[in-house]
Amino acid sequence: MEKRGIATVVLSLLRDVTEKVGPPRALCVPFRHGYPLDVPSNPARQRRVIKAALELLIRPRSEAPVLVDYVP
Amino acid sequence: MGDYSEFGLKIRATLAVYRWQRIDPMPWAELGRPVAEANVALVSTAGLALPGQALFDDGVKGGDFSFREVPSSTDPQCLVESHRSDAFSRDGLAEDRNLVFPIDRMHELEREGAIGRFNARCISFMGSITAPRRLMLETAPRAAEILVGDGVDVALLVPV
Repeated sequence: MEKRGIATVVLSLLRDVTEKVGPPRALCVPFRHGYPLDVPSNPARQRRVIKAALELLIRPRSEAPVLVDYVP
Repeated sequence: MGDYSEFGLKIRATLAVYRWQRIDPMPWAELGRPVAEANVALVSTAGLALPGQALFDDGVKGGDFSFREVPSSTDPQCLVESHRSDAFSRDGLAEDRNLVFPIDRMHELEREGAIGRFNARCISFMGSITAPRRLMLETAPRAAEILVGDGVDVALLVPV
């Protein structure tokens, strides 16, 4: 997707795997598998995760790969 | 949370020796406009499909590398889950599909102006692809082509 001009940001559930694979932008969330957006039926907390991920899109290429830990 | 301790012994052993493919060179697409003006697509690897679409096939060696197109107008709660992995709990997504396929959240972000537009179509893959070559060479490029055709600026990739 990046090669086709689409900027990507990925939520990561395993930081060390993401470090090995090396996507351009990743938000590492401290949640267990099955819960990438924190908790079910809590729109505010889910939106907060997505917004934090989208904020990585303003980072310049000089900071790549952008790997940020999410703090709930 | 979010580490190997949540997995059973078999999966931990597999992950310990699995040869992850590094993206090298790392591609980088510059977002040429503010997120608040961008067309954002949702790409999930939670293995969800619309009722009537083919479920992900557990019999595909190396993992089912296909994808499903899901309209953004879909009620996420109607999506059917057929992920082959047993390494995660289904309890959360059974209650609320937005936890892994946040269609409703993206509409809300569009309404509040945090994103310019929520793309009219989402892409649904299944993760746990242990042999990713066909994914990398065939289906991921095809999905990218579809999103390019939609005029997508940003893809949010959500795992499970």
